[in-house]
Amino acid sequence: MSSPESSPYRETHAEKHGKARATEWPLWEIFIRGQHGLSHRHVGSLHAADAEMAIKNARDVYTRRNEGVSIWAIPAEAIAASSPEDKGPMYDPANDKVYRHPTFFDIPDEVGAM
Amino acid sequence: MYAQMIKSTGKGVKSLDEMDPQERAFQERIDAGGKIEPKDWMPEGYRKNLIRQIGQHAHSEIVGQLPEGNWITRAPTLERKAILLAKVQDEAGHGLYLYCAAETLGVTRDQMTRDLLSGKMKYSSIFNYPTLTWADMGAVGWLVDGAAIMNQVPLQRTSYGPYARAMVRICKEESFHQRQGYDIMMKMAKGTPAQRKMAQDALNRFWYPSLMMFGPSDKESVHSAQSMAWKIKMNTNDELRQKFVDQTVPQAEYLGLTVPDEHLKWNEEKGGYDFSEPDWEEFFDVLKGNGPCNTERLEARNKAWDNGRWVREGLLAHAAKKRIAKLAAE
Repeated sequence: MSSPESSPYRETHAEKHGKARATEWPLWEIFIRGQHGLSHRHVGSLHAADAEMAIKNARDVYTRRNEGVSIWAIPAEAIAASSPEDKGPMYDPANDKVYRHPTFFDIPDEVGAM
Repeated sequence: MYAQMIKSTGKGVKSLDEMDPQERAFQERIDAGGKIEPKDWMPEGYRKNLIRQIGQHAHSEIVGQLPEGNWITRAPTLERKAILLAKVQDEAGHGLYLYCAAETLGVTRDQMTRDLLSGKMKYSSIFNYPTLTWADMGAVGWLVDGAAIMNQVPLQRTSYGPYARAMVRICKEESFHQRQGYDIMMKMAKGTPAQRKMAQDALNRFWYPSLMMFGPSDKESVHSAQSMAWKIKMNTNDELRQKFVDQTVPQAEYLGLTVPDEHLKWNEEKGGYDFSEPDWEEFFDVLKGNGPCNTERLEARNKAWDNGRWVREGLLAHAAKKRIAKLAAE
Protein backbone atom coordinates (compact mmCIF):
# COMPACT_ATOMS: atom_id res chain seq x y z
CA MET A 1 0.00 0.00 0.00
CA SER A 2 2.83 2.29 0.85
CA SER A 3 5.84 0.71 -0.84
CA PRO A 4 8.46 3.28 -1.60
CA GLU A 5 10.35 2.73 -4.83
CA SER A 6 13.32 1.00 -3.26
CA SER A 7 11.52 -1.95 -1.68
CA PRO A 8 13.42 -5.15 -2.53
CA TYR A 9 10.11 -6.88 -2.99
CA ARG A 10 9.35 -4.65 -5.94
CA GLU A 11 11.69 -6.61 -8.17
CA THR A 12 10.16 -9.93 -7.26
CA HIS A 13 6.46 -10.56 -7.32
CA ALA A 14 5.02 -7.85 -5.18
CA GLU A 15 2.45 -5.64 -6.72
CA LYS A 16 0.41 -2.88 -5.29
CA HIS A 17 -1.46 -3.90 -2.18
CA GLY A 18 -4.87 -5.17 -3.16
CA LYS A 19 -4.28 -5.86 -6.80
CA ALA A 20 -5.19 -9.34 -7.93
CA ARG A 21 -2.22 -11.44 -8.99
CA ALA A 22 -2.00 -14.34 -11.35
CA THR A 23 -1.55 -17.03 -8.73
CA GLU A 24 -2.85 -15.30 -5.66
CA TRP A 25 -6.50 -14.95 -4.78
CA PRO A 26 -7.62 -11.30 -4.69
CA LEU A 27 -7.43 -9.41 -1.42
CA TRP A 28 -10.63 -8.37 0.36
CA GLU A 29 -10.99 -5.92 3.19
CA ILE A 30 -13.38 -7.17 5.86
CA PHE A 31 -15.80 -5.09 7.91
CA ILE A 32 -17.84 -6.52 10.78
CA ARG A 33 -20.80 -5.10 12.66
CA GLY A 34 -20.76 -6.11 16.32
CA GLN A 35 -23.70 -7.08 18.49
CA HIS A 36 -24.58 -3.69 19.81
CA GLY A 37 -25.90 -1.78 16.86
CA LEU A 38 -22.69 0.00 15.97
CA SER A 39 -21.49 0.55 12.39
CA HIS A 40 -19.45 -1.99 10.49
CA ARG A 41 -15.82 -1.69 11.50
CA HIS A 42 -12.70 -2.66 9.58
CA VAL A 43 -11.13 -5.77 11.13
CA GLY A 44 -8.52 -6.85 8.59
CA SER A 45 -8.17 -8.45 5.20
CA LEU A 46 -8.08 -11.88 3.64
CA HIS A 47 -7.71 -13.60 0.29
CA ALA A 48 -10.60 -15.24 -1.52
CA ALA A 49 -11.42 -16.22 -5.08
CA ASP A 50 -14.81 -14.46 -5.02
CA ALA A 51 -17.19 -12.51 -2.80
CA GLU A 52 -19.05 -15.55 -1.52
CA MET A 53 -15.84 -17.17 -0.41
CA ALA A 54 -14.61 -13.92 1.10
CA ILE A 55 -17.64 -13.81 3.37
CA LYS A 56 -17.28 -17.48 4.32
CA ASN A 57 -13.61 -17.00 5.10
CA ALA A 58 -14.33 -13.83 7.03
CA ARG A 59 -16.73 -15.78 9.20
CA ASP A 60 -13.99 -18.29 10.05
CA VAL A 61 -11.19 -15.78 10.45
CA TYR A 62 -12.92 -12.87 12.16
CA THR A 63 -16.01 -14.14 13.99
CA ARG A 64 -14.95 -17.27 15.83
CA ARG A 65 -16.08 -15.76 19.12
CA ASN A 66 -19.36 -14.02 18.31
CA GLU A 67 -17.62 -10.81 17.29
CA GLY A 68 -20.26 -9.90 14.78
CA VAL A 69 -23.72 -10.19 13.29
CA SER A 70 -22.98 -8.85 9.82
CA ILE A 71 -20.03 -9.02 7.42
CA TRP A 72 -19.03 -6.76 4.53
CA ALA A 73 -16.29 -7.95 2.15
CA ILE A 74 -14.92 -5.34 -0.23
CA PRO A 75 -12.27 -5.88 -2.91
CA ALA A 76 -9.22 -4.06 -1.53
CA GLU A 77 -8.52 -2.50 -4.92
CA ALA A 78 -11.97 -0.86 -4.89
CA ILE A 79 -11.12 1.23 -1.83
CA ALA A 80 -10.07 4.81 -2.42
CA ALA A 81 -8.02 6.20 0.45
CA SER A 82 -6.83 9.68 1.32
CA SER A 83 -3.07 10.02 1.43
CA PRO A 84 -1.13 11.01 4.54
CA GLU A 85 0.55 13.91 2.70
CA ASP A 86 -2.82 15.64 2.41
CA LYS A 87 -3.31 15.57 6.15
CA GLY A 88 -2.69 19.30 6.52
CA PRO A 89 -5.07 20.71 3.89
CA MET A 90 -7.66 18.06 4.72
CA TYR A 91 -7.93 18.37 8.47
CA ASP A 92 -6.25 21.58 9.62
CA PRO A 93 -9.15 23.87 8.63
CA ALA A 94 -11.27 22.17 11.29
CA ASN A 95 -8.93 23.47 13.98
CA ASP A 96 -9.94 27.14 13.62
CA LYS A 97 -13.65 26.43 13.77
CA VAL A 98 -13.85 25.76 17.49
CA TYR A 99 -17.39 27.15 17.55
CA ARG A 100 -18.45 23.83 16.06
CA HIS A 101 -17.97 22.31 19.50
CA PRO A 102 -20.76 22.86 22.04
CA THR A 103 -18.23 23.77 24.74
CA PHE A 104 -17.45 26.99 22.80
CA PHE A 105 -20.59 28.59 24.25
CA ASP A 106 -20.86 29.51 27.91
CA ILE A 107 -24.35 28.85 29.17
CA PRO A 108 -25.13 29.94 32.75
CA ASP A 109 -25.78 27.15 35.24
CA GLU A 110 -29.26 28.58 36.00
CA VAL A 111 -30.37 27.62 32.51
CA GLY A 112 -30.04 23.97 33.39
CA ALA A 113 -28.90 21.07 31.22
CA MET A 114 -28.43 22.00 27.57
CA MET B 1 10.33 -15.48 20.43
CA TYR B 2 7.98 -16.37 17.59
CA ALA B 3 10.29 -14.09 15.67
CA GLN B 4 13.83 -14.95 16.70
CA MET B 5 17.12 -13.48 15.62
CA ILE B 6 15.72 -10.69 13.47
CA LYS B 7 18.61 -8.71 12.09
CA SER B 8 18.13 -5.01 11.47
CA THR B 9 20.32 -2.66 9.47
CA GLY B 10 23.37 -3.76 11.42
CA LYS B 11 24.27 -0.16 12.12
CA GLY B 12 23.90 1.49 15.47
CA VAL B 13 20.88 3.58 16.29
CA LYS B 14 21.12 7.07 14.77
CA SER B 15 20.56 10.04 17.02
CA LEU B 16 17.82 12.49 16.04
CA ASP B 17 20.46 15.01 14.94
CA GLU B 18 21.97 12.55 12.47
CA MET B 19 18.63 11.95 10.75
CA ASP B 20 17.27 13.80 7.76
CA PRO B 21 14.08 15.78 8.46
CA GLN B 22 11.76 13.05 7.19
CA GLU B 23 13.32 10.32 9.26
CA ARG B 24 13.51 12.59 12.26
CA ALA B 25 9.81 13.36 12.04
CA PHE B 26 9.17 9.62 11.78
CA GLN B 27 11.25 8.82 14.87
CA GLU B 28 9.74 11.67 16.87
CA ARG B 29 6.29 10.39 16.07
CA ILE B 30 7.24 6.95 17.40
CA ASP B 31 8.89 8.47 20.48
CA ALA B 32 5.67 10.33 21.21
CA GLY B 33 3.72 7.05 21.12
CA GLY B 34 2.19 7.68 17.68
CA LYS B 35 1.32 4.89 15.26
CA ILE B 36 2.76 4.39 11.79
CA GLU B 37 0.16 3.41 9.21
CA PRO B 38 0.63 1.61 5.86
CA LYS B 39 0.63 4.67 3.61
CA ASP B 40 2.93 6.74 5.84
CA TRP B 41 6.55 7.31 4.90
CA MET B 42 8.91 4.94 6.70
CA PRO B 43 12.63 4.18 6.53
CA GLU B 44 13.39 1.20 4.33
CA GLY B 45 15.04 -0.58 7.27
CA TYR B 46 11.88 -0.28 9.33
CA ARG B 47 9.83 -1.77 6.52
CA LYS B 48 12.22 -4.64 5.83
CA ASN B 49 12.62 -5.47 9.48
CA LEU B 50 8.92 -5.51 10.07
CA ILE B 51 8.28 -7.73 7.05
CA ARG B 52 10.83 -10.18 8.41
CA GLN B 53 9.51 -10.01 11.95
CA ILE B 54 5.79 -10.18 11.18
CA GLY B 55 6.40 -12.78 8.47
CA GLN B 56 8.38 -14.96 10.83
CA HIS B 57 5.71 -14.57 13.45
CA ALA B 58 3.00 -15.54 10.94
CA HIS B 59 4.98 -18.56 9.75
CA SER B 60 5.38 -19.66 13.37
CA GLU B 61 1.63 -19.62 13.87
CA ILE B 62 1.11 -21.69 10.73
CA VAL B 63 3.89 -24.22 11.35
CA GLY B 64 2.84 -24.26 15.00
CA GLN B 65 -0.34 -26.03 13.96
CA LEU B 66 1.64 -29.14 13.04
CA PRO B 67 2.88 -30.37 16.44
CA GLU B 68 -0.64 -30.01 17.84
CA GLY B 69 -2.38 -31.27 14.73
CA ASN B 70 -0.51 -34.49 15.46
CA TRP B 71 -2.80 -35.07 18.46
CA ILE B 72 -6.20 -34.11 17.06
CA THR B 73 -6.97 -37.67 16.02
CA ARG B 74 -5.44 -39.05 19.21
CA ALA B 75 -7.04 -36.81 21.82
CA PRO B 76 -8.23 -38.83 24.84
CA THR B 77 -11.84 -37.58 24.81
CA LEU B 78 -14.24 -35.99 22.37
CA GLU B 79 -14.24 -32.79 24.44
CA ARG B 80 -10.43 -32.57 24.40
CA LYS B 81 -10.50 -33.17 20.68
CA ALA B 82 -13.02 -30.37 20.06
CA ILE B 83 -10.97 -27.99 22.23
CA LEU B 84 -7.73 -28.87 20.46
CA LEU B 85 -9.40 -28.39 17.08
CA ALA B 86 -10.58 -24.93 18.14
CA LYS B 87 -7.11 -24.08 19.36
CA VAL B 88 -5.40 -25.19 16.16
CA GLN B 89 -7.98 -23.24 14.17
CA ASP B 90 -7.08 -20.16 16.23
CA GLU B 91 -3.42 -20.62 15.29
CA ALA B 92 -4.40 -20.55 11.61
CA GLY B 93 -6.36 -17.38 12.31
CA HIS B 94 -3.39 -15.80 14.06
CA GLY B 95 -1.22 -16.59 11.07
CA LEU B 96 -3.77 -14.93 8.80
CA TYR B 97 -4.05 -11.74 10.91
CA LEU B 98 -0.28 -11.45 10.79
CA TYR B 99 0.10 -12.16 7.08
CA CYS B 100 -2.45 -9.47 6.36
CA ALA B 101 -0.49 -7.01 8.55
CA ALA B 102 2.73 -7.87 6.67
CA GLU B 103 1.02 -7.44 3.31
CA THR B 104 0.29 -3.80 4.09
CA LEU B 105 4.08 -3.31 3.92
CA GLY B 106 4.20 -4.24 0.24
CA VAL B 107 5.08 -7.93 0.33
CA THR B 108 2.65 -10.47 -1.10
CA ARG B 109 1.26 -13.52 0.65
CA ASP B 110 2.62 -15.73 -2.11
CA GLN B 111 6.09 -14.30 -1.68
CA MET B 112 6.08 -14.93 2.06
CA THR B 113 4.76 -18.45 1.51
CA ARG B 114 7.44 -19.16 -1.05
CA ASP B 115 10.12 -17.89 1.34
CA LEU B 116 8.82 -20.14 4.11
CA LEU B 117 8.65 -23.18 1.85
CA SER B 118 12.16 -22.65 0.50
CA GLY B 119 13.55 -22.22 4.00
CA LYS B 120 14.60 -18.62 3.32
CA MET B 121 12.32 -17.27 6.03
CA LYS B 122 12.35 -18.88 9.44
CA TYR B 123 9.77 -19.79 12.05
CA SER B 124 10.22 -20.25 15.78
CA SER B 125 12.70 -22.95 16.81
CA ILE B 126 10.18 -24.40 19.26
CA PHE B 127 8.08 -26.02 16.54
CA ASN B 128 10.96 -28.20 15.46
CA TYR B 129 10.54 -30.34 18.56
CA PRO B 130 8.27 -33.38 18.45
CA THR B 131 5.09 -33.85 20.50
CA LEU B 132 5.47 -37.38 21.75
CA THR B 133 2.67 -37.83 24.29
CA TRP B 134 -0.69 -36.28 25.14
CA ALA B 135 1.00 -34.46 28.04
CA ASP B 136 2.95 -32.52 25.42
CA MET B 137 -0.33 -30.86 24.41
CA GLY B 138 -0.51 -29.61 27.98
CA ALA B 139 3.11 -28.48 28.02
CA VAL B 140 2.80 -26.71 24.67
CA GLY B 141 -0.26 -24.73 25.74
CA TRP B 142 1.11 -23.92 29.18
CA LEU B 143 4.76 -23.20 28.32
CA VAL B 144 4.93 -22.39 24.61
CA ASP B 145 1.79 -20.27 24.50
CA GLY B 146 2.74 -18.85 27.88
CA ALA B 147 6.09 -17.71 26.48
CA ALA B 148 4.35 -16.35 23.39
CA ILE B 149 1.98 -14.29 25.53
CA MET B 150 4.95 -12.74 27.39
CA ASN B 151 6.18 -11.39 24.10
CA GLN B 152 2.89 -10.55 22.47
CA VAL B 153 1.25 -8.54 25.23
CA PRO B 154 3.80 -5.69 25.01
CA LEU B 155 3.68 -5.88 21.21
CA GLN B 156 0.10 -4.63 21.35
CA ARG B 157 1.77 -1.24 21.81
CA THR B 158 4.15 -1.64 18.88
CA SER B 159 4.54 1.37 16.58
CA TYR B 160 3.17 -0.20 13.39
CA GLY B 161 -0.62 0.11 13.47
CA PRO B 162 -1.64 -3.05 11.57
CA TYR B 163 0.81 -5.16 13.61
CA ALA B 164 -0.42 -3.71 16.90
CA ARG B 165 -4.04 -4.35 15.94
CA ALA B 166 -3.27 -7.96 14.95
CA MET B 167 -1.60 -8.40 18.33
CA VAL B 168 -4.66 -7.15 20.18
CA ARG B 169 -6.80 -9.80 18.52
CA ILE B 170 -4.22 -12.51 19.09
CA CYS B 171 -3.73 -11.71 22.77
CA LYS B 172 -7.45 -11.90 23.39
CA GLU B 173 -7.45 -15.46 22.09
CA GLU B 174 -4.11 -16.62 23.41
CA SER B 175 -5.16 -16.79 27.01
CA PHE B 176 -7.60 -19.60 26.16
CA HIS B 177 -4.65 -21.51 24.72
CA GLN B 178 -2.51 -21.26 27.79
CA ARG B 179 -5.33 -22.13 30.16
CA GLN B 180 -6.39 -25.18 28.16
CA GLY B 181 -2.76 -26.35 28.28
CA TYR B 182 -2.55 -25.89 32.03
CA ASP B 183 -5.87 -27.66 32.41
CA ILE B 184 -4.41 -30.71 30.66
CA MET B 185 -1.34 -30.52 32.91
CA MET B 186 -3.50 -30.38 36.05
CA LYS B 187 -5.42 -33.44 34.96
CA MET B 188 -2.23 -35.36 34.19
CA ALA B 189 -0.34 -34.22 37.28
CA LYS B 190 -3.19 -35.27 39.55
CA GLY B 191 -3.80 -38.51 37.68
CA THR B 192 -2.26 -41.98 37.86
CA PRO B 193 1.49 -42.43 38.47
CA ALA B 194 1.91 -43.11 34.76
CA GLN B 195 0.13 -39.83 33.90
CA ARG B 196 2.26 -37.90 36.42
CA LYS B 197 5.33 -39.36 34.83
CA MET B 198 4.15 -38.24 31.40
CA ALA B 199 3.49 -34.73 32.70
CA GLN B 200 6.95 -34.49 34.26
CA ASP B 201 8.54 -35.85 31.10
CA ALA B 202 6.74 -33.24 28.99
CA LEU B 203 7.95 -30.46 31.29
CA ASN B 204 11.49 -31.86 31.13
CA ARG B 205 11.51 -31.81 27.36
CA PHE B 206 9.77 -28.45 26.80
CA TRP B 207 11.36 -26.35 29.55
CA TYR B 208 14.61 -25.38 27.81
CA PRO B 209 13.18 -25.13 24.29
CA SER B 210 10.59 -22.72 25.79
CA LEU B 211 13.36 -20.59 27.32
CA MET B 212 15.04 -20.56 23.91
CA MET B 213 11.94 -19.02 22.36
CA PHE B 214 13.01 -15.63 23.68
CA GLY B 215 16.30 -15.86 21.79
CA PRO B 216 19.83 -15.42 23.13
CA SER B 217 20.73 -12.46 25.32
CA ASP B 218 20.52 -9.29 23.27
CA LYS B 219 21.77 -6.77 25.79
CA GLU B 220 24.66 -5.91 23.48
CA SER B 221 22.85 -6.35 20.17
CA VAL B 222 22.66 -3.39 17.78
CA HIS B 223 19.77 -5.10 16.00
CA SER B 224 17.73 -5.12 19.16
CA ALA B 225 18.65 -1.55 20.00
CA GLN B 226 17.36 -0.39 16.60
CA SER B 227 14.20 -2.48 16.88
CA MET B 228 13.56 -1.06 20.32
CA ALA B 229 14.09 2.50 19.10
CA TRP B 230 11.51 1.78 16.40
CA LYS B 231 9.24 0.16 19.00
CA ILE B 232 8.89 -3.03 17.03
CA LYS B 233 10.50 -4.79 19.97
CA MET B 234 9.43 -3.65 23.41
CA ASN B 235 11.62 -5.60 25.86
CA THR B 236 14.99 -7.31 25.79
CA ASN B 237 15.04 -11.09 25.44
CA ASP B 238 16.47 -11.44 28.95
CA GLU B 239 13.74 -9.33 30.53
CA LEU B 240 11.03 -11.45 28.97
CA ARG B 241 12.76 -14.74 29.80
CA GLN B 242 13.11 -13.69 33.45
CA LYS B 243 9.46 -12.72 33.59
CA PHE B 244 8.47 -16.04 32.08
CA VAL B 245 10.51 -18.05 34.59
CA ASP B 246 9.17 -16.03 37.53
CA GLN B 247 5.62 -16.63 36.42
CA THR B 248 6.00 -20.28 35.49
CA VAL B 249 7.93 -21.76 38.42
CA PRO B 250 5.08 -21.33 40.94
CA GLN B 251 2.71 -22.85 38.39
CA ALA B 252 4.97 -25.91 38.15
CA GLU B 253 5.04 -26.10 41.96
CA TYR B 254 1.26 -26.07 42.07
CA LEU B 255 1.27 -29.06 39.74
CA GLY B 256 3.79 -30.81 41.99
CA LEU B 257 6.21 -31.04 39.07
CA THR B 258 9.92 -30.29 39.14
CA VAL B 259 11.48 -27.75 36.80
CA PRO B 260 14.48 -29.58 35.29
CA ASP B 261 17.08 -27.11 36.54
CA GLU B 262 19.20 -27.89 39.58
CA HIS B 263 20.41 -24.29 39.73
CA LEU B 264 16.93 -22.83 39.90
CA LYS B 265 16.77 -20.70 43.04
CA TRP B 266 14.78 -17.73 44.27
CA ASN B 267 16.94 -14.62 44.45
CA GLU B 268 15.49 -12.33 47.08
CA GLU B 269 17.69 -9.43 46.07
CA LYS B 270 16.57 -9.24 42.47
CA GLY B 271 13.06 -10.42 43.29
CA GLY B 272 13.23 -13.19 40.72
CA TYR B 273 14.62 -16.66 40.12
CA ASP B 274 18.18 -17.48 39.15
CA PHE B 275 18.08 -20.16 36.51
CA SER B 276 20.27 -22.02 34.01
CA GLU B 277 20.62 -20.86 30.45
CA PRO B 278 19.43 -23.22 27.76
CA ASP B 279 21.98 -24.83 25.46
CA TRP B 280 22.49 -22.08 22.89
CA GLU B 281 24.48 -24.36 20.60
CA GLU B 282 21.42 -26.53 20.29
CA PHE B 283 19.34 -23.42 19.57
CA PHE B 284 21.56 -22.30 16.69
CA ASP B 285 21.66 -25.83 15.37
CA VAL B 286 17.85 -26.03 15.34
CA LEU B 287 17.64 -22.64 13.59
CA LYS B 288 20.07 -23.91 10.98
CA GLY B 289 17.65 -26.71 10.19
CA ASN B 290 19.07 -29.53 12.29
CA GLY B 291 16.34 -29.84 14.93
CA PRO B 292 14.49 -33.11 15.36
CA CYS B 293 11.54 -32.07 13.15
CA ASN B 294 12.76 -29.32 10.77
CA THR B 295 12.62 -31.55 7.71
CA GLU B 296 9.25 -33.00 8.61
CA ARG B 297 7.69 -29.57 9.23
CA LEU B 298 8.86 -28.05 5.97
CA GLU B 299 7.87 -31.15 4.05
CA ALA B 300 4.38 -30.97 5.52
CA ARG B 301 4.01 -27.30 4.52
CA ASN B 302 5.37 -27.94 1.03
CA LYS B 303 3.07 -30.89 0.56
CA ALA B 304 0.04 -28.86 1.64
CA TRP B 305 0.99 -26.07 -0.76
CA ASP B 306 1.64 -28.37 -3.71
CA ASN B 307 -1.45 -30.50 -3.16
CA GLY B 308 -3.60 -27.41 -2.74
CA ARG B 309 -2.51 -25.91 -6.01
CA TRP B 310 -5.34 -27.32 -8.13
CA VAL B 311 -7.84 -26.01 -5.60
CA ARG B 312 -6.38 -22.48 -5.65
CA GLU B 313 -6.26 -22.41 -9.43
CA GLY B 314 -9.62 -24.10 -9.88
CA LEU B 315 -11.47 -21.66 -7.64
CA LEU B 316 -9.82 -18.72 -9.33
CA ALA B 317 -10.89 -20.04 -12.75
CA HIS B 318 -14.39 -20.67 -11.46
CA ALA B 319 -14.64 -17.13 -10.09
CA ALA B 320 -13.49 -15.71 -13.44
CA LYS B 321 -16.07 -17.79 -15.29
CA LYS B 322 -18.85 -16.62 -13.00
CA ARG B 323 -17.78 -12.99 -13.45
CA ILE B 324 -17.90 -13.29 -17.22
CA ALA B 325 -21.28 -15.02 -17.14
CA LYS B 326 -22.62 -12.26 -14.92
CA LEU B 327 -21.29 -9.55 -17.25
CA ALA B 328 -22.84 -11.29 -20.25
CA ALA B 329 -26.21 -11.45 -18.52
CA GLU B 330 -26.26 -7.71 -17.80
